[in-house]
Amino acid sequence: MFYKVFKNTLLTLFAAAVLIPSSIVILGSFKDDLEIYTKPLALPKHWSLKNFHTLIETGNVFTPFKNSVIVAIFSVGITLFFASMASYMIARSTTVTGKFLFLLFAIGLAIPGQVNIIPIYHLFVQLHLTNSLIGLILVNIALTLPISIFILTAFFKDLSREMFEAAAIDGAGHWRIYRSLALPLCRPALAATGIFLFVICWNDLLYPLMLISELDKKTLPLTLIDFRGEYATSYSMLFTAVLVASIPMVIMYLTMQRTFVAGLTAGAVKG
Amino acid sequence: MRTFNIKKTESRVLIAMAFPAFAIYAFLYLYPSLSNVYYSFQRWDGVTKPEFVGLHNFTYLATNDDLFMKVLGNNFRFSFIVVIFQTLLALLFATFLLKNTKTSIALRIVFFFPTILSSVSVGLIWNFLYDPNFGFINAILKSVGIPGLNWLGDTRYSLYAIALTQVWFHTGQMVVIYVAGLQQIPQELYEAAEVDGASRWQQFKNITWPMALPTTAVVVAYTTIQTFRAFDLVYSMTQGGPLNSSDMLVTLIYNTAFSSYKWGYASAQSIILVFVVLLLTYLQRRTLRLNTGEK
Repeated sequence: MFYKVFKNTLLTLFAAAVLIPSSIVILGSFKDDLEIYTKPLALPKHWSLKNFHTLIETGNVFTPFKNSVIVAIFSVGITLFFASMASYMIARSTTVTGKFLFLLFAIGLAIPGQVNIIPIYHLFVQLHLTNSLIGLILVNIALTLPISIFILTAFFKDLSREMFEAAAIDGAGHWRIYRSLALPLCRPALAATGIFLFVICWNDLLYPLMLISELDKKTLPLTLIDFRGEYATSYSMLFTAVLVASIPMVIMYLTMQRTFVAGLTAGAVKG
Repeated sequence: MRTFNIKKTESRVLIAMAFPAFAIYAFLYLYPSLSNVYYSFQRWDGVTKPEFVGLHNFTYLATNDDLFMKVLGNNFRFSFIVVIFQTLLALLFATFLLKNTKTSIALRIVFFFPTILSSVSVGLIWNFLYDPNFGFINAILKSVGIPGLNWLGDTRYSLYAIALTQVWFHTGQMVVIYVAGLQQIPQELYEAAEVDGASRWQQFKNITWPMALPTTAVVVAYTTIQTFRAFDLVYSMTQGGPLNSSDMLVTLIYNTAFSSYKWGYASAQSIILVFVVLLLTYLQRRTLRLNTGEK
């Protein structure tokens, strides 16, 4: 009895802790500031789209949205491609080269990517890669390669060796085996890793903050930070911006819920 | 390795396949990491020529820099609180939501939800909840007669307020990891305990906790590293303030480099961060190995 009450109270409290702020944000983007302050949880008196209009007219939200999409898609796509090739090599290597490479990438798991901000910034200034989406994409790739290779190598190693050898006897080269056998078989792992990477790239603030200062190169998290300065305590505008910035993630989460959870937990467990 | 196609030299195709990843990683991860070590021995403002100062940055950090010590302490406190609360809550929720019933699955989906948001969004949402004048938390407190607090604006509370947000942010992710781990525990153990009349608490203490230790090791290690990497959330909530009361290592390093332009010094700080993370990882691995009886 006591256990049941304890359990249900805790579960309800935490569910409320997640659902209440989410509702405040969603409802708040249809309200004005006064209504948010006085009745944060009530349904809006009039479902007004004024905040969205203001955001589109003055906030310039399309450009950062587009930039975030470009950066995330290219970062994830290239990382998955390069990481899957390298993981295939590590899993199939018959010499010490494979082991050595794996160790090298393991170093990247031990050193947090955040500590390299100074050398990266210095290097990117010299290479004229600041204020460039390509620069951001390159940083994302470098930072996420170690964890991706960790996840994918484990997956390739689980695939049956006999199957690869049978394909090799049939005359298939490594590239052919990778393209037509290994990649299709690890599609679930690729999807999970891809989502994990997408969340990281979409949400990152530190590197864009450091590398991007031009308005038309900013990504969504950077724009949100700017909004906070601009609108100070105008939470109606801030909530609308938060809602717009989160929509792609929410849609992906609701439609691909399993892959999402698999990806984000694989990232944690392997990392 | 005992197959027929043992080769002494690696296939060229294989080498070529690993090359792009290796090249980017070497140039944009390993090389910067090494430069970081090199910079940490210099006095350098990022513009003029760096000047070699030996271990001066490190001795200064250790003996003269009160701010660095304060921030190091902040980060340890933040990490400790988040690791303890997040891990315990996640384990508790995972035991509640272990069975794959409709309610459990729905609740897991709800709990996991904050994980997909960006730190900046979470920071902005909690800025509102914590707002001293209009905030939701103070409104609730006032409605039951408790005076509200200036959560983020008071040096006494800012660190704990951010820790609470961090726990809210990532507990759901840890719940899912725990559920996967706990579902590996053979059901017969619980059935046998039930037959012997063991209470829920005894079952938890004698079966769930010891059997879940490997998962706990993963959760604790991940959370620790996450808390020492903390930047986005702190930057969007308080920027380390007021009076550095919520400053963490990465926010300090960022400010040392990009507000004070002490690049060599910032590099030395980040080397300390690497050592802290490595040391903690090593200690945790050792402790949890002893507990699980491996090696």
